[in-house]
This record gives sequence, structure tokens and C-alpha cells, in this order.
Amino acid sequence: MPALSPTMEEGTLAKWHVKVGDNVRSGDVIAEIETDKATMEVEAVDEGVISEILVPEGSEEVKVNTPIARLGGEGGAATKAPESKAEAPAPAAQAAAGDPEKQPPETAKPQPEGEGAAPVTPKPALRDPELPEGVNLVKVTVRDALRDAMAEEMRRDGDVFLMGEEVAQYQGAYKVSRGLLDEFGPKRVIDTPITEYGFAGLGVGAAMAGLKPIVEFMTFNFAMQAIDHIINSAAKTLYMSGGQIKTSIVFRGPNGAAARVAAQHSQDYAAWYGHVPGLKVIAPYDAADAKGLLKAAIRDPNPVVFLEHEMLYGQEFDVPEGVDWVVPIGKAKVRREGTGVTLVAYSRMVGFCLQAAEELAKDGIEAEVVDLRTIRPMDIETVVESVKKTNRLVTVEEGWGPMGVGAEVAAKVTELAFDYLDAPPMRVHQEDVPLPYAANLEALSMPSVERIVKAAKAVSYK
Amino acid sequence: MARGQTGAAGRRKTNGAAKEAPKGPAGVTREELLGYYREMLLIRRFEERAGQLYGMGLIGGFCHLYIGQEAIAVGVEAAKKPGDEVITGYRDHGHMLTSGMDPKEVMAELTGRIGGSSKGKGGSMHMFSTEAAFYGGHGIVGAQVPLGTGLGLANWYREDGKVSFAFFGDGAANQGQVYEAFNMAELWKLPVVYVIENNQYAMGTAIQRSSAETRLHKRGVSFGIPGEEVDGMDVLAVKAAAEKAAEHARSGQGPYILEMKTYRYRGHSMSDPAKYRTREEVDEVRKTRDPIDHVEELLEKNGWADEATLKGIDAEVKKIVADAAEFARTSPEPDPSELYTDVYTEAAVQGGRA
Repeated sequence: MPALSPTMEEGTLAKWHVKVGDNVRSGDVIAEIETDKATMEVEAVDEGVISEILVPEGSEEVKVNTPIARLGGEGGAATKAPESKAEAPAPAAQAAAGDPEKQPPETAKPQPEGEGAAPVTPKPALRDPELPEGVNLVKVTVRDALRDAMAEEMRRDGDVFLMGEEVAQYQGAYKVSRGLLDEFGPKRVIDTPITEYGFAGLGVGAAMAGLKPIVEFMTFNFAMQAIDHIINSAAKTLYMSGGQIKTSIVFRGPNGAAARVAAQHSQDYAAWYGHVPGLKVIAPYDAADAKGLLKAAIRDPNPVVFLEHEMLYGQEFDVPEGVDWVVPIGKAKVRREGTGVTLVAYSRMVGFCLQAAEELAKDGIEAEVVDLRTIRPMDIETVVESVKKTNRLVTVEEGWGPMGVGAEVAAKVTELAFDYLDAPPMRVHQEDVPLPYAANLEALSMPSVERIVKAAKAVSYK
Repeated sequence: MARGQTGAAGRRKTNGAAKEAPKGPAGVTREELLGYYREMLLIRRFEERAGQLYGMGLIGGFCHLYIGQEAIAVGVEAAKKPGDEVITGYRDHGHMLTSGMDPKEVMAELTGRIGGSSKGKGGSMHMFSTEAAFYGGHGIVGAQVPLGTGLGLANWYREDGKVSFAFFGDGAANQGQVYEAFNMAELWKLPVVYVIENNQYAMGTAIQRSSAETRLHKRGVSFGIPGEEVDGMDVLAVKAAAEKAAEHARSGQGPYILEMKTYRYRGHSMSDPAKYRTREEVDEVRKTRDPIDHVEELLEKNGWADEATLKGIDAEVKKIVADAAEFARTSPEPDPSELYTDVYTEAAVQGGRA
């Protein structure tokens, strides 16, 4: 089973184009493989005769690198796999990508409401909406939850439309917009040329005129070309116009490191956008938050940067079914309660923290995991409330440490809850280098469950 | 000098048409021509006063005057239909005045007062009026081109028959994002008119030194966007070209490029001594191509205005500008509490429909 994308771990063998005894030459299509993103044709890379089909047509969840057929000929028992990989990419990172099965179905649980330390200005309580009696929770991938959020808001409001590269006919580079073109047509699901600066500017202009665009970036790495329009045109114009020009726009797409795509395609922009007044910045972890927060973002009259994660797209979580599920922007969520240490994270790192918490529990440390969910405005009250209970803080982010999200959290906690801290806060983050390609170096650079456990133990003096 | 001569040649050609225009049914009326004269004079006097207030320290930061280019804002405004949007860069005071914004609010914004159109928080380069469909006032060179194309995208989306006019200079014409916008505008046939105000200098760099192709109206050729050169010192030529371009865009044929050959009399901004050109070059343009003198001549030749009429308009304009300056001087600075307002809004976005 060949890996057909940087993040593919398994696939379905949809169809065989050859049978035992067939002669194949390199370049011949021998099979169709279905990944979670697309159906792809697989070509032979060697010449020979198919001597054995190892994986029958229709087999699902075939792991990458599983031999699927045997080719007889020059090399004897060469397998078909186009290249044989010594190991799965980024083993540490992949192993730690939060297992949804292990997490409590806590969607409707009441949140501890952060009244905050004295210096914190009290804000109106923000709660996840209460679920009506008998509402079903269904397993949905983050990818489909995002799609459902867009579809529901587009049905609700004719001013909402989606534009970006490959969002329409191709159904989304990561299949997030699957089905939207069919339902809403080419005027509301617009394929753009690969010109981020330009189409982000068009989106902002349309928003200034009162429309509510969703601008998809294939990844946020490419949004660097558009960052001028995100910051100078979208974030600042309300202020510069004395409140006249509103830009209700969502910039969304995958953020952070996927797997083995190296430095230019693997950056976490939470701190970059989190720095800018006028923007709201959201980085959800599970599917319920992805859906509820994206719906909130689309309805918000301000520009919102919505940071998704490719490594989470395929993960399934519980999502309420049949309700208008909108999660308030600006409210963190305690995903695991504990008294020993506070772990603060967002996006994919929340899953890492939940795993680290399980490890720590084995050593008698009960970690509380706070999922920030929104980077700006940041719900520091919930973090402070947690630290008051645990007296210890570890922040976890995929981005670099200096001037990062963890630095901000640590500074705020030091300012607001200094007397409650029993140890200096610690930050876990990507190493201070461009992300390397080599699997071992990549794993060394990225935050890992092990490093979170180590940091939590360090602040616990254990 | 060479550029001035090129422009003057263009002017002579369009002058012929302009002379006939007021007489024919397709031309302008006396009232219209007097109106353009008044508008251009208002911009000229307003800008002169702004320059003065800058010198007095009442206006700070960057301040880019529109003197010399008045015929473009006024001529395009005359071709617009109600609701058509305008967006431009930071040489924007003239566009604000023609779009119908109150000169008091514009001047008070220059002085950073609460009575300014952005409550003093935007300044010279950042003024807006949703009421007047004026979308700024943008400080990043070229940014208004994709933004203005986005306004056109909204018109296309809503099928409301409006056209967006995106103004930019010869300097911005070399920005990459301009071409990204051109591509999408033609690809989707968006109703946008691109108005290049070619005043021959990108800040201090003459167009020949900054642009491989100086015929900027040809910059849409590779996208299939039609373009033409227009004498930007002749308000009637500007109006006629803008009407034609707007009709093209409004009828679903996509964008159109107008290269307005013009000239700015002052430096790029107030702090620019404009040493990159000779005093003679500037004087020559003022003497032979001035857009206001040109309309004055037309009015006189047609017997549409005597000296008393023109003096009356002059006095009216001077009073408007004096009142604006007085307002801008006396309007208080914004309250410190304004520091934290308008960063976010909870207000619903206009134009929402279920």
C-alpha cells in the first residue's frame, strides 16, 4: 500500500486493474486506492508478471507499506509498493495524535466558569450551549464537521460564500469542501487561481461591501503572501474608519506541521495572528469545537483567522446532531480535570496533552488540560482558575517558543496568579529551528507527549 | 519634460472634442461644466489649505496632495451612477470630496479630531464613507486594487448593476497584487473599472526608470482587459472615457483599464522636496495643461460664465474651505476612551440577507 499523501496512514484498495498472470510494465495503472481525501490510481514502477494478489479488492484500512501484490520477474519476489519506506513518518508525532476513543464525551458538561483573579476584568460568562434532552451525539470527522458548519451557515445566510484554491470542482485540496459546489453552485463556491495575495484582497473587499466570505487557504503557510490583506486591510479598517467599515470574513485552512513536508509547509501561525488587534483567532481541537466555532466565526462581524490542523482532519469525535451547534468564541475548555499541574494547549497539541495526562496519572500526577480553543481574545481567566488549583503551569504549542502563545500565557499567569505558582511556568514548543525534513530530526523538533510529561514532572519537582 | 509634452499632445487631441461637446446633445450643459469647475476648484483650494495646516503643524504624519490631478476624480465622479463604489490609495482627499463627503469631516480627519470622518483615528490616508460608497483611503501601495476588485465581486455576486472604480497610481501599477486582481476580474467578468492616475512619478522615481512598459493602459493585454490612454488633465475626456468603461463593466463584459495621463504639482507627500524634476517642468504643465484653467477657458469660449460668475464660485469655495479649516482647528481631539473603541464590532454587517 503506497503512501499517497504526506499524512496518509491507511487506505482502501478500491479496485484492481490487473489479475494474476498479467504482464505489467512501469507506468501501467494496476489499482485504484481510496484515501480519506481522494481516489488515486496506482502505477506499476517495475516490469514483470503479477504472481500473486495479496490484498483483495474492497479491502479497507490497509496500512501503508503493506504488500498488496507480488510481481514475478527480474527481481523475483519484488513487492509492488513503489518505494519501501523504512519507517512511518514522524513516529513520535503520529503515535501521539490524540485518540478520540479515550476522551470523555464531555460536550454538554458544565464548564467551570472563570471569574478570574482580582485584576482580571469580569466578563460575561461564556458557556457552550446546553444540549436539549435526548440530543444524539454522532461520530464525525473534523473534516466533515468543518464542511457541515459551512454548509449550514451558507443555507442560513445568502451572503456567505466560500472561495479558495480547489474548493469547488476538486472538492477541496483536503476534501473539507466536499459536496458544497453541488449544493450551492459555482457562484457561492469559487475556485480561485493560486494567488493568495490577490484573492484574499478580493475577499476582504467583498466583505467591506457587506458579504461574508470564507477564504480558504490550502494551508496557512501560503497565507503569508496574503498576510498584508489579513492584517492591514481586514484587521485594521474598522478602527481606521472610526467604526464604519466592517469586514465579516473568515480566513481558514490547515495550520501547523503535517508530516514530512519540511520547513516552508510546516508553520504554526497562532502567535502571528494572535498578536494583532482587530483579529479573532481560533484553533479548535475536536470536531464539535471545529463545527461550533466555525459557525460562530462565520456569524461574527469581525475578521476571524480559523486555524485548522491537517493531522486532525481525519479524526472522529462526538458532535451533537440535529441542533444549531454554535460554540462561543473566546472561551477555553477544561478537557480533563486535575489538581497536580495545568497543561495549556490548543489545536492538535490538546490531544498530546490528554495523552500526557494519562501518562502522568500513572505516576500519581493528575493533570488538568485546558484547551484554549480561541487564541484571541484569550480566555486567560479559565487558565488562571486552573493554576490557582494546581499551582503549576506547562504550556504546549506547535509554534516556536520565543514571543509565542505559551510566552503570553505564562506572562499573564505570572501577572495574575504569581502568588499561586509553586514553580516557574514551563513552555513546550517546537525547537527553535526551521522544521527539518529528516524523520528523526523532525521528531526531535516537534513537541511530543514525552516532552510534555517531562515538563510537567519538572514543574512538579518529580 | 518629455512626459509633459506627450501629455500635452494628448490634450490637444481631446481638446477638439471637448470644445464641441458642450454644443452637441451628447455634451455637457452649462450647469454641469460649472459644477465640474466648482468641484475641481474645491479640491485645489482644499488641498492648498491642507498644505498650509500641515506647515502650521496642525496636520501630522503623511499627507499627499491631489493638486494637478483634480480632473480625474471629478470626471470619473461625473460618470458614476448612484451606488457605484470608489476606492483609492492614500492620495485620497480629492476622491473624498467628489464622492460627497463633508469637507469639514475630511479636514478634521487630517487634523486628527473627533469631528473627522474616522473620529481622528485614520488620518489623511484612511478615510471612508459607506454612505458615499467611498471605501478608502488605503495606505499600502496597490492594496486597493484587489480590494476594489472585491467590491466588484460583491456587485457581481448580488447582480445589483453597480460598478466599482479602483484608482491607483503609476507606482502601484508595478505591484504584483494588481495583476492577480486583473486576472480574477477578467476571469469572472467582474464589474470593475481600473483607473490608473499616471502622474509620471512613483514617489521620486520617474516612470521610465521604474516601468519596463510605460504605456500602462496596455498592462491588461495579457489578461484580455481592454485599456486606453486618456488625457487626465481634461475633465470632459475623463468623463467620456469613464462612461464608456463603466458601460463595458456594467454590461457584464468585465473590467476596463483607463490610464489617465496627469501630473501632480506638489511633491509625493508634504515632506518631499521633489528634487527629481525641474521647476521648469512643473511650471510648463501648470501653464499649458492645468485642468481648472482648461475648464475656465471652455466656459469663457462658450459664453457660459463671465468673470463675476467665476469669482462667485471662487468665493463660495473659499468659504467652504475656510469653514472646514476652522472646524478642523476647533473640533476637539478624540476622547481618550476612543482609544479602545472600534477595534472589534458586535454590530451586524450591513447588507445581510437570509
